[in-house]
Amino acid sequence: MELFLTAGSSPHIKAPDTTQTIMRDVLIALLPTSVAGIIFFGLRALMVIAVSVIAAVVTEFVYTRLMKLPMTIMDLSAAVTGLLLALSLSPLVPWWMAAIGAVFAIVVAKMIFGGLGQNFVNPALAARAMMLASWPSQMATFMNPRPATDLVASATPLPAFRYGAGEVPTLFESLIGRSSGSIGEVSVIALLIGLAWLLYRRIITLDTPLAYLVSFAFFAWLWGQDGLFTGNVLFHVLNGGFLMAAIFMVSDYTTTPMTRLGRIIFGAGAGFLTMAIRAVGGYPEGVTYAILIMNCCVPLIDRAIVPPAFGGPKRRRKEADHA
Amino acid sequence: MRNGVKRIPGGVHPDPRKRTENLETVVMPLPAEVVLPMQQHIGAPCEPTVKKGDRVCVGQVVGAPTDRLAVPIHASVSGTVKAVGPRLYAGGRHITSVQIEADGEQTLDPALAPVSTRDPAGMIASVRDSGIVGLGGAGFPTWYKLTPPPGSTFDTLVVNGAECEPYITSDYREMVEEPIRIIRGIKLVQQMTGIRRVLIGIEDNKAHAIDRLIHASERDSEIDVLSLRTRYPQGGERQLIYAVCGRIVPAGQLPSAVGVLVLSVNTISAIAEWFETGMPLTSRRVTCDGGVVAEPQNVRVPVGTRLGDVFDFCGGFTSHPAKVIMGGPMMGVSQFSLDNTVLKQTNALLALAPDEINQDAESVCIRCGRCVTACPMRLMPSTMNRLILDGKSEEAAAVWHLNDCIECGCCSYICPAARNLVQSFRYGKAEVRLAERRAAQAAAAAGEEK
Repeated sequence: MELFLTAGSSPHIKAPDTTQTIMRDVLIALLPTSVAGIIFFGLRALMVIAVSVIAAVVTEFVYTRLMKLPMTIMDLSAAVTGLLLALSLSPLVPWWMAAIGAVFAIVVAKMIFGGLGQNFVNPALAARAMMLASWPSQMATFMNPRPATDLVASATPLPAFRYGAGEVPTLFESLIGRSSGSIGEVSVIALLIGLAWLLYRRIITLDTPLAYLVSFAFFAWLWGQDGLFTGNVLFHVLNGGFLMAAIFMVSDYTTTPMTRLGRIIFGAGAGFLTMAIRAVGGYPEGVTYAILIMNCCVPLIDRAIVPPAFGGPKRRRKEADHA
Repeated sequence: MRNGVKRIPGGVHPDPRKRTENLETVVMPLPAEVVLPMQQHIGAPCEPTVKKGDRVCVGQVVGAPTDRLAVPIHASVSGTVKAVGPRLYAGGRHITSVQIEADGEQTLDPALAPVSTRDPAGMIASVRDSGIVGLGGAGFPTWYKLTPPPGSTFDTLVVNGAECEPYITSDYREMVEEPIRIIRGIKLVQQMTGIRRVLIGIEDNKAHAIDRLIHASERDSEIDVLSLRTRYPQGGERQLIYAVCGRIVPAGQLPSAVGVLVLSVNTISAIAEWFETGMPLTSRRVTCDGGVVAEPQNVRVPVGTRLGDVFDFCGGFTSHPAKVIMGGPMMGVSQFSLDNTVLKQTNALLALAPDEINQDAESVCIRCGRCVTACPMRLMPSTMNRLILDGKSEEAAAVWHLNDCIECGCCSYICPAARNLVQSFRYGKAEVRLAERRAAQAAAAAGEEK
């Protein structure tokens, strides 16, 4: 009996998770907050989500065709980018603005650098930053959650808190999401359900989110309204884009460090920068720029941290370079 | 019984698939012929001591060691030497092999006799004559391990019953069927090495084996059976030592550096058998399993049996195997032909169905870091992979500890992008060795010019 057998390197078996199943789990985790956004902001939110997701996927499809690259939309990462972008936008943005943002995210922030795994900044946040710079007033116009009668909100919680204009939501309103803000960032409970799913499916670990939270909370307390160490930590954690970012942005694989220590440094740095921008910077919200700045530090962090091998000596990079 | 003292770093949990664990070992009928490659150990190949036409008996030496490490190879059947010549094996190497046609008599070599010497040095030398190598898969000559290198001493014998690879139950069956022989073997090793403290490490999914060995070692206060939390690659030497006694073997050094000798349960049993009967290592238990094997079971087969003969004995294939592997699915070597033969260190033969093996195409790294978390040596597989593919293997070794990789396969197993990480590390290590050799040659040439 002579059979033609396939030879190949060990290991010969593989765990069931693939890039596609991971991205699918991220989409599932984003579902509760998407639904909450649609409930509170209505069909406008659904429109923004649909346009952004479709634009992102179509853009990646067209890009890979034009550049004769392997088809990658089935890994679902474009859909994740489109959805994350939509969830970080106001439900009042015009559809074409959401579409341009999604195209920018895929082409400029992701594909030009080589696509999935190669982009150095979070594509959704990069697109959001571009849109903030391009259409500052539309990007800062939010709506009141239903069943309010007046469509356009005077201010979202963060500016309301900072400038004393408009209503600051109660703790209960923040928890269920009855406040104005971006589509995906208003309901704390929906976001936490998503986090639970990510943890249950072991998609992310709590290293970065916790480091981000601890650092952010400390600086929120430090930079209080009434002087040092008077900050309303709970308000800052539960309002604005912090929680959404803590769960879905600082845990992004590609744009955060690969070692645990690196992730903690990343989270701590992002927490400091977020609060620095909120407290003393030019914007009421600091999440986007804080994370983008830390994204840029990731190659440095990953280069600097060389874990000692099991049983190996602790060597610093410099010595290793000279070895 | 005690629990293991430390949890190993990293590791993964592949589906155990130990379907053969409750099946009594079956002795396979004699094959028509055996082929004995002259290298079944780490070290130089043996020199054949027989030629075509010679009659040989069971246990007779057919290959003699040519360096200070190697161990002899013995005939596993009695019969006539049909051919002596090179044959192609997995890994693409040609190895001189002795082909013996069995006469079915199994005539024993009259010189075989139980080992009478009880002088430690004489006992260790006699282990060399037995041809025993590490039966867990690596094939390191056992006698060589028994003497600590100059400057170090042994204080602990760690008996490896972890058997963390999926499918394989060869060690498990030994622990269940022959616990007393394992204890007798341990005592012999204690005599040879002067070691008093013995720790037997068994994963906690093998409760029956743990019970059997606790029972067998009841009256020996020096022997401790430790239950370890199941986790691959706990059977790796460095990992097991850490799990059972908390010692960390320094990178690049041997377990003797921390005073530990590690032997697998089957190796220890083989030592007992050799001393009691004088029968060298000529047969062994092999787990024959996999999705396309009709009747998976544990089989005792003569060393040198064709893989095809073993599978035929196990009912043949129900469909075309996607891969045939010698050893476990995590570290085993895939075979290109069923005409290859069972070696001394072959603990399993697996014929796997397409849905059992990894057939995913390699895609891009998404930097998820799962390989970093899974690496039991605390390396950075993703970073090393990128450097090696960029032609920077030496940087991967100098900065990122490439040479500490034990090729356990955890990184490739866990990678959602199905990247061929371990494969690239083998390539990278070879590149580094080549570069070092070239540098040494260049230095030697420069020295001559002066």
